[in-house]
Amino acid sequence: MGLFDRIRQGLKKTSQVLNTDVRDLFKSEGRLIDEDFLDDLRAILFKTDMGYDPTEELVAEVAKNMRGRVVHMTDVIDVLKTKLKELMAQDESPITYAASGPTVIMVCGVNGAGKTTSIAKLACMFKGQGKSVVLGAGDTFRAAAVEQLGIWADRLGVECVKGPEGSHPATVAYQAVEYALNNNIEVCIVDTAGRLQTQKNLMSELTKIRDSIRKQIPEAPHEALLVLDATTGQNGISQANNFAEAAGCTGIVLAKLDGTAKGGVVVAIRQQIGLPVKYIGFGEQHEDLVLFNPDKFVDEMFDEELGG
Amino acid sequence: MFESLQDGLSSAFKSLRGQGKLSESNMRDGLKLVERSLLEADVSFEVARHFMRNVTEKAIGEKVLKSLNPQQQVVGIVYEELKELMGPVDHSLHLKNKKDVTVLMMCGLQGAGKTTTCGKLGKLLKDGQRNPMLVAADLQRPAAIDQLHVLGEQLGIPVYSDRQEKDPVKVCNDAVKAAKKQGADVVILDTAGRLHIDDELMKQLERIDKQCHPEQIYLTVDAMTGQDAVNSAKAFNEALEIDGVIITKLDGDARGGAALSVKHVTGVPIKFMGTGEKLDALEQFHPERMAQRILGQGDILSLFETA
Ligand SMILES: Nc1nc2c(ncn2[C@@H]2O[C@H](COP(=O)(O)OP(=O)(O)OP(=O)(O)O)[C@@H](O)[C@H]2O)c(=O)[nH]1
Ligand SMILES: Nc1nc2c(ncn2[C@@H]2O[C@H](COP(=O)(O)OP(=O)(O)OP(=O)(O)O)[C@@H](O)[C@H]2O)c(=O)[nH]1
Ligand SMILES: [Mg+2]
Ligand SMILES: [Mg+2]
Repeated sequence: MGLFDRIRQGLKKTSQVLNTDVRDLFKSEGRLIDEDFLDDLRAILFKTDMGYDPTEELVAEVAKNMRGRVVHMTDVIDVLKTKLKELMAQDESPITYAASGPTVIMVCGVNGAGKTTSIAKLACMFKGQGKSVVLGAGDTFRAAAVEQLGIWADRLGVECVKGPEGSHPATVAYQAVEYALNNNIEVCIVDTAGRLQTQKNLMSELTKIRDSIRKQIPEAPHEALLVLDATTGQNGISQANNFAEAAGCTGIVLAKLDGTAKGGVVVAIRQQIGLPVKYIGFGEQHEDLVLFNPDKFVDEMFDEELGG
Repeated sequence: MFESLQDGLSSAFKSLRGQGKLSESNMRDGLKLVERSLLEADVSFEVARHFMRNVTEKAIGEKVLKSLNPQQQVVGIVYEELKELMGPVDHSLHLKNKKDVTVLMMCGLQGAGKTTTCGKLGKLLKDGQRNPMLVAADLQRPAAIDQLHVLGEQLGIPVYSDRQEKDPVKVCNDAVKAAKKQGADVVILDTAGRLHIDDELMKQLERIDKQCHPEQIYLTVDAMTGQDAVNSAKAFNEALEIDGVIITKLDGDARGGAALSVKHVTGVPIKFMGTGEKLDALEQFHPERMAQRILGQGDILSLFETA
């Protein structure tokens, strides 16, 4: 399967919800846009987790343009697509590399979101671009987290810096950066333990890890990525807010888009916090990652061949 | 967004004071706010709708009580209804006699907290004078077996694993046999995370179910889950007829509306709440606490304080 096909496969269920569900609203040739229709539409949109306000905004947009008219499905979908693209609008936001020396990327997020796996995917992408990579096993807390990252490093054939047991994560991060500097490695990715954004101590630990990275490279980390689980609901906004503050996040990796979840919380995050979505993850394998493009993403959501 | 449901309701219900009865029309604004609050707590859209219909029916015709503000009265009705739906409680693990081996099975989406919860249940059982054994049936996630071994070591609980075996069904089968020999009386199967739309992996769970006859199958649900919670819970329940739900990561600030959705679509009891990464962070599920949380913490408490 080619890359494009894999993404489509991964997003199949995503598009089904919007496309098939919207299509179901149209019995035959067209439908009168009345309150019943708008209410059904509201339900479909809300189920993407985009949140209350964006849903109402989309419904209002359809109402404004079409209320009282009999329209075809494609007309409604066009309105939705245009508005969704507007709500999500951002440029593609690939990794920003250091002008010289290693590019350091710190990865953070709540427990089980998909951080470690996303690191493997990023490392695979960099390797594919011919860059050298080192991983820093900065999750010194969770059972076998170091082993997990180590296995990925072995599979991908990249180095992994591990501290002795009980090391402080800031120390491991420091050592990983040091390794990258000493060995002319181009990209250094530092894993961190999962933490909930309400845990003050653990959140300030992220700040410490960041500061420790800066000791050797003042402008690092060049990227601090927040990994967000696509099945997350409205809590994603609180996550984005707090991680952005504690770790200075530069963007989001949206993981687990291969389920039935729509990751609509990204709409709310784009609206309220403005962090760009950099990459999307759609599987458990190291090649299941692509650069996020909102226009393409919205098109895929409504792709006819996929949904039907 | 409003600060608190209670504040929003106070203004929505201002006009209600002095009217004799709660009616659909005089409650409309207030109930819209309640619905919005449920949606913001990640209760599924359909479940919220269904719930609001019930609440409206219950509230209509109730006399406005002199002792309460109308908004307090409506929130009270909402709270009672939520509490009721979240119950009944059943914290029992339905263990067989110690002479038999009871099999418990954990399932759920990737990263929900299955492995950690296996450890927590193991601790609970050990503290209750049982001899649990953890089974590493996740042969998929890198270092999943190691993860379970670390937990077992921390707890002093044996862990069954077979690093050569490729079939998790066989691992589970062998583990149950091994448990009988080793004198373990409860076996906890830690399965790999999977998507509910992954037919092949869902069938694998069904095979484990058919061959190992777990006494109880628990679905682990992340408290931060959004609208999709209904879809995955429905699918796991259809495949396995789950016996209970464990909501994890409730130590954060997620309002946890997924709990209501999952309860609604599966009808099985919510057994426990995970409230931390440590292995003692497992609490019995309390419907009233969950109801408070979904409505926005503090709202209900303040209601009863002022009432
Ligand atoms: N289906 C699917 N599963 C994923 C994806 N990304 C990660 N996972 C799975 O989600 C689970 C958790 O992933 P991890 O990468 O360990 O998550 P983490 O954020 O590092 O977790 P902690 O370090 O424990 O906080 C694993 O079972 C992964 O295989 C994805 O894009 N799709
Ligand atoms: N804060 C908090 N973290 C939890 C809780 N339960 C589990 N975790 C964390 O969530 C992450 C994922 O937990 P696991 O037990 O590995 O999840 P899993 O479902 O086994 O994951 P897979 O096997 O990859 O599908 C880990 O970082 C755990 O420490 C909880 O109740 N609270
Ligand atoms: Mg990790
Ligand atoms: Mg696990």
